[in-house]
Formats: sequence, structure tokens, C-alpha cells
Amino acid sequence: MSEGATNLPRSRWLLVHAGAVFAFLYLPIAVLILYSFNGQGVGGFPPRNLTLDWYRILFADEPIWDAVLNSLQVAFAAMVIALALGVPAALALDRAQFPGKALFRRLVLLPLILPGIITGLSLLMLFNVTGTKLSLMTIVLGHGTALISVATTEVFAGLQKLDRRQEEASLDLGATYWQTFWRITVPNLKLSIIGAALLIFTLSMDEIAVSFFLIGRDNTLPLEIWGRLRRGITPEINAVSTIIFVFSLVTIVFWYRLRVRSEGGADVGMELLETSEGSAK
Amino acid sequence: MFSRAYKTAVAAPPLLWVSVFLLAPYLLMFCYSFWSVSSSRTIVHSWNLNNYEELLAKTVYWQTLLRSMWIAARVMLFSLLLGYPLAYFLSFYAGKRKDLLYQMVIVPLWVSYLVRAYAWKTILGSDGVLNTLLQYVHLTRHPLDFLLYSPFAVVLTLTHIYTPFTFLPIYAALEHVPRNLVEASHDLGATPVQTFWRVIFPLSIPGVVAGATFAFVLSLGDFLAPLLLGGPSGIMISNIVVSLFGAAYNWPLGAAISLGMLVIVVSLLFFSERLEKKWSFS
Repeated sequence: MSEGATNLPRSRWLLVHAGAVFAFLYLPIAVLILYSFNGQGVGGFPPRNLTLDWYRILFADEPIWDAVLNSLQVAFAAMVIALALGVPAALALDRAQFPGKALFRRLVLLPLILPGIITGLSLLMLFNVTGTKLSLMTIVLGHGTALISVATTEVFAGLQKLDRRQEEASLDLGATYWQTFWRITVPNLKLSIIGAALLIFTLSMDEIAVSFFLIGRDNTLPLEIWGRLRRGITPEINAVSTIIFVFSLVTIVFWYRLRVRSEGGADVGMELLETSEGSAK
Repeated sequence: MFSRAYKTAVAAPPLLWVSVFLLAPYLLMFCYSFWSVSSSRTIVHSWNLNNYEELLAKTVYWQTLLRSMWIAARVMLFSLLLGYPLAYFLSFYAGKRKDLLYQMVIVPLWVSYLVRAYAWKTILGSDGVLNTLLQYVHLTRHPLDFLLYSPFAVVLTLTHIYTPFTFLPIYAALEHVPRNLVEASHDLGATPVQTFWRVIFPLSIPGVVAGATFAFVLSLGDFLAPLLLGGPSGIMISNIVVSLFGAAYNWPLGAAISLGMLVIVVSLLFFSERLEKKWSFS
């Protein structure tokens, strides 16, 4: 920070602008939450007859909870796939030289910046040609593949900060690569891996553009919501979104605490930032 | 320090996976775009240029593509106008509250894209929150119906969704501006405006390019916001692709359009990368 810059009159104008942007960013979220308690349904000002009825209806709504369960399973499986391939991919990008490395790097990162429709459709064609039946499994493959990009950028960023000498010492002292990987590399990358896992999980829970094309009989939560939106608006959707938002918020706070404790005031949200930077480079 | 076996072990699985689930599908999309559909609705694997000829001949595809690019360009512009001053404020003026405010920009990203688009729909609809509010305070007598089902609604929603994405790389770039350069500029007698335009802004260009690319590319390929909020006048190129893969059942033509989008996106990424390199001082 340059000292004294805070007193410039321009900062007041910037403050007003920042306030307006925050209002713009939070308006729909506030409306969403507020109207989940509105007895009259969605829309209509002022909100009246505050009620928990929509939450009651929601808790009795089987298809929504089936969809939530499906989404949780998909997100978990996608997370496992993305990490199982993203961690080695980051190690390979950091340490190995092989023909086509530059192309490989670009291909891995591409789904992050590519509109979901292209990833979804190209996989749909693959499943069609190979005669693979569309199901939650095809969505898992889609999410897992697209989100390798997140795992790779996160872990790659972690590797840049890794102290190489620890691995060298381990190898010199006679540990195998496998032992070194599990006892030195992974523990050192713990934060990057947990961060990537949380991010992949949430992104998969929310994903709709890829799932849209790979859906079989069972819906994920966003697709279930999408189906209902086409039929009409109900505050049940506000209620379920509010619950998921609160869960996500708790997850970030938990993650924030974890990072602050281990790194002493780390720049929070840096993971997402690094991801956004990495993909654009 | 790492043996050949180690390198193969870490490189082979992701390489194989990426070849099967990313490279092969893109190549397949390329192949599909040269095939056609028979009258009995099966895909004929005979190679021809019919799809591309149709794309060139019919103006509806060009018009929709241009409209999509115009929507994406506006989203990009508005995201920059909202995101840049915000990032600048946070990086240079927010002081101790910086971290908290930074988090507050990220938090909306944790509400699903679909849900936020839906929330805008409940705000903009003819009996939505905004219209009933305007009538409640007697500003209008009848609901304003141009708010929803228009390109305006799509641009507004996509701007809302991509502003944080635009903000992130700009903020990262501004955070990397060496503060001693800014001080040196002040000390040498430059006004704050001069310091901004001659020192800070040029150093933040890589972030601006990255953020602009994000906003443009991701909104260009969007099909859910137009379906939900766009109405007939807000149809975008991806909506045509969706219908070609659905009811209209012409996968090869859909593949040709998707491939066109892929080419546009990849060339934009290529140019933005060049721009970022050119303006990066590190």
C-alpha cells in the first residue's frame, strides 16, 4: 500500500462504485433467500406472510432429495477422478519432459475456459459412437474430465512452493519413489489437494452445462431444478438454493480457518485466483 | 533427480485419459461436422461439406452468431466497468478490510449459476419483485415488460455472473504492481491520475485481458440464460446447437457450429495469451 493514497478524494468515488457493485452482486441472493420465506410465493412486493411452509414442502419432496443424493455421489466420484489424474498431471508438468507437453497442458486446462456446451457435446458424441448408455456415470466422466484442470492448476501451484530438498533427502536416504510420494510429496501438498477437492466438489454440485447433454434417467440437482423452472416458478427452489448456499458458506469458512491456522493468515480464495490465472495463461 | 520410470508413471495416466476423453471427442466433433443425416434420421458417415455450405448460405446462423458476440461483448464491457474499479479500490484503498471484501466478491460464486439466473428472472418478471416494487411506490402504473425475455435480461444476468470472474485476474494483476513504482511516480511529481494511467494501468493489462477473455468466451457459449431469460429476441448461437442436438435432430450440423465456436474460442485464447505476454513486465 502506498501511504497517503487513502486520503485522495477519488477514493470516495471508488467507494460508492464498490458499494454499487456489491449491491448488484448480492441483490439476487438477498431476493432468493427472502422469498424462500414468503407465503405469497415468488415475486410481489413487499414480501408478506413470512412462513417456513416452503421448507416443509421441500423436506417432503422426494425427487429433490433423490437429486441431491445423485449430485453428492456425482460430485464425490468426479472429485476422485479429477484428483487421481490431476495430481499426476501436475507432477508430470512440473517434472517430466515429453513430446507434446505444451499441447497436453493446453488440453488439460481447456475445459476450464471453454463453454460447457462444447465439452458436453463432444463427450456426448464419444458416448454415442462407443454405444455407452447415458447415466450418472457419463456425467461423472464429464465432470471428472473437465475438472482435472482445477486439480492440476491447484497442485501445480502448490508444487512451485514445495521444498525440493525434502524429496531429495528422502530419496537419498533410500526411500522408494512410492514412499517419498506418500510421505513427503502428498503431506506437503495437503492444502493444495484439500483446496482442489473442495473446489471440484462444489463446482460439480453446481455444474449444469455439461450435465445437460450427458443426462440419463436420473437427475442431478441443477437439472432437477432446471426441469421445474421450465414448468413454473416455486419458492421451493428458493428454499433448496438457500440451504445449499448456507452449506457452501460453511464450507468456505471452514476452509478459511484451516488455511489461516496452517499458513498464518493466508490470502483466502487464492486457490480460485490461481486457477483463473492459470487457465488464462 | 526423478527416474524415467517415475516420469512415465506420473505422465502416462493423465495423458491417456486426456487423449480418450478430451482429444478424441474434439476430433470426433470434427468428423461429425463432415457427416450428414439421412431422411430416416440416421447419421450417414459419408464425408461432405454440406453442413459448412449450409452455414455459409443461411443468414440465420450468421445473425445469431453476431447477436451472441454482441451480447458477449456487452457482458465483457460491463464486467470490466464493474470489475476494474472494484479491484482497484480493493487493492489500493481498502486497507485492512481488503481480505474480507475480497471474500465478499467470491461468495456469490458459491450460489449456483442456474439459481442466480433464476433469481434474476424472479426480479425482472412482469409480476416480479422489481415491477411490483415500482408499482408499490407508484413509479409506474403497469408492469414494464421489456425487462424480462429480452437481450437486456441476458446481458444483465451474464454480467452479474461474470463480474467476479473478471475481477479476479485484474485484482491479481493489481496486487502484483510493485508499490515502490507507485511511490516513485508520486515522488517524481506525477498526479494520481498520471500515476494511474502511466504506471498502474499498463501493469494491470494482463489481468484485464485475462478477465475480458473469461467474460467474453464464457458468455458467448452460454445457452441457459437465453433459454431462461432471453425470449425469442435473446436466442444465442448455443441455443441453435442445443435444438440441433435435440428436437431438430441434426447432429452433424450442430457439430459444425460447435466446431466453429471452438475455433473462435481457441483463437481468442491464443490472441489474449499473446497480448498478455506483450504487456507482462515480469
